Amino acid sequence: MSTKTDKIDRLGELTAAKQDEHGVSLWTEAFRRVRRNPTALVGIAILVIFVLVAIIGPWVAPYSPTDFIGKGEVRSGQGIIPGPSAEHWLGYDHQGRDELSRLLVGARQTLLVGIISTLIGLTIGALVGGIAGAAAGLGGRVGRAVDSVLMRIVDMLLALPSLLLAVSIAALLGASLTTVMIAVGVVSVPIFARLLRGAMVAQANSDYVLAATSLGVKRTKIAIGHILPNSLAPVIVQATLTLATAIIEAAALSFLGLGNPDSATPEWGLMLAEAQRFLDIRPGLAIYPALGIIITALGFTLLGEAMREALDPKLRK
Amino acid sequence: MPLLDVKDLSVTFARRGQRTVRAVDGVSFSVEAGEVVGLVGESGCGKSVTSLALMGLLPKQRGVTIGGSAMFGDTDLLKTDERTMRDIRGRDVAMIFQDPLSSLNPVIPIGIQVTEVLTRHRGLTGAKATAEATDLLNRVGIPDPTRRLKEYPHQLSGGMRQRALIAMAVACAPKLLIADEPTTALDVTIQAQILELLRGLVRDSGTALVMITHDLGVVAGMCDTVNVLYAGRVVESARRKPLFADPRHPYTTGLLGSVPRLDAGKGERLHAIRGSVRDVLPWPDGCAFAPRCDRRVDACVGEPPALVEGVHRHAYRCVNPESRTVEVPS
Repeated sequence: MSTKTDKIDRLGELTAAKQDEHGVSLWTEAFRRVRRNPTALVGIAILVIFVLVAIIGPWVAPYSPTDFIGKGEVRSGQGIIPGPSAEHWLGYDHQGRDELSRLLVGARQTLLVGIISTLIGLTIGALVGGIAGAAAGLGGRVGRAVDSVLMRIVDMLLALPSLLLAVSIAALLGASLTTVMIAVGVVSVPIFARLLRGAMVAQANSDYVLAATSLGVKRTKIAIGHILPNSLAPVIVQATLTLATAIIEAAALSFLGLGNPDSATPEWGLMLAEAQRFLDIRPGLAIYPALGIIITALGFTLLGEAMREALDPKLRK
Repeated sequence: MPLLDVKDLSVTFARRGQRTVRAVDGVSFSVEAGEVVGLVGESGCGKSVTSLALMGLLPKQRGVTIGGSAMFGDTDLLKTDERTMRDIRGRDVAMIFQDPLSSLNPVIPIGIQVTEVLTRHRGLTGAKATAEATDLLNRVGIPDPTRRLKEYPHQLSGGMRQRALIAMAVACAPKLLIADEPTTALDVTIQAQILELLRGLVRDSGTALVMITHDLGVVAGMCDTVNVLYAGRVVESARRKPLFADPRHPYTTGLLGSVPRLDAGKGERLHAIRGSVRDVLPWPDGCAFAPRCDRRVDACVGEPPALVEGVHRHAYRCVNPESRTVEVPS
């Protein structure tokens, strides 16, 4: 090799290295792009506020959310529920509890429901999808059979309307907050499973898998070490988006009376369900938790969409 | 005994409702230890399928049939079970691919991809593996290897990536290296460097190299023996010098003629082989090259021409071969 071409090559590398100084991996690069995206920033801001409220809610709430302090003033049977006042900014709920305090404290339950049910769906879905994807991509005839069986089960789950599925699970397990989490989680299992499996099957045909195979790397190692890390991006985006739908679905289940029947622990979906009876007297009682749910879901959706854009290699500049 | 002896290799792809494709149709060649053997031909002639078949990388599905034998020492690479094959791949036989960017995993640092091979076949782990990987990158001419090991494929230049892939392929000092168009995705100056690197590796380690290429320049610069493939069969096979000095098969002369030359006269048109690879005659019906051949005679059609062995193991599959020495004036 002549020294001249060597130098040119070296020069090219130096300049290339300089441009790349900050970027390390696909993920670092993606987060950098998320940070530069104004929509994502709005989403993140909403979520930060939401999480903050969920954490410190019980301490900043002006009253106890379970105290019937306005019991004397509320006559819900006769259509009297006092509205906002200086002491109670959002007024009382139908049983005379401070609405603002219930909203602030309820954020935590709502966040927990969203996160836990998404985690349930993600864990089971990723497990099923991961096994099916690895089997389909690398397992030969037996693998294809395993993949077929797993995916047909997933298809059956997917064929059921999600609300019907959730309602049946909730009915089976009895109404409670745990039931809501499980029901919402199970509904999202097939989505995660299909997504991860599809991504893994697509990756299994890529050149780097062929190259790794040509070096004698074992199949399990290829599946876990090579294919899986390349298939995670869509799953993570989906998880973010599922947080939004999980909160909404959990609220829907609570609304249908399948959530925690005990209204002592406030939860936005339950508050919404209880407020429906007094929609004509005090529509605010329904609007406040509904707004909370909508804004939070919006936050997750904005962030999820921004992450989808950031992680999509086709949109990279 | 040669290091690798491929006899009558054939690969057919059959799909329901479509006609069966014989991608490789009875290819035979042998590779001695330390030798560089070229497989030359245009796209679709069966070069890559040959290499994948040898590596056992063709998909094991219904419809893919592999025939013939490829003796590598005492093992037949075509009939070895997958488990043994996994041990052979990377340790005894390794492969370098065409596109270095897509052949490296984009989300994993180079270092992990290199050490993975070392762990798999040589049992090296931790600091020992890292030290060996650094040494490997150094050997393939990647400057500042310690830093490069931590980087991701997209942070390396095209040449660097191909060097990294070569490092992974030679990590376990394989006896045989198959390079499938290793320089096609690179620009010309980098091509020269990569070829130089491969030449050096072959010279220093005694590794045999099967060079798959469509580039006759690469062949002229690297190969000891050349096999020219057309439509899945070897049409001419010779040592490098006789092939370039005295090509016999019209396809070989056509390939040689279509290389642009610096000493060509001004305004001289570049020679092209007429037709395209699709205009083939199935081998059983005659010479597959006949529809595109300028020297076609009646004997070309009817039955397939046999491989004629000339002097110095110069073999060609043609009933009306070119000849420099015997030029009959009309």
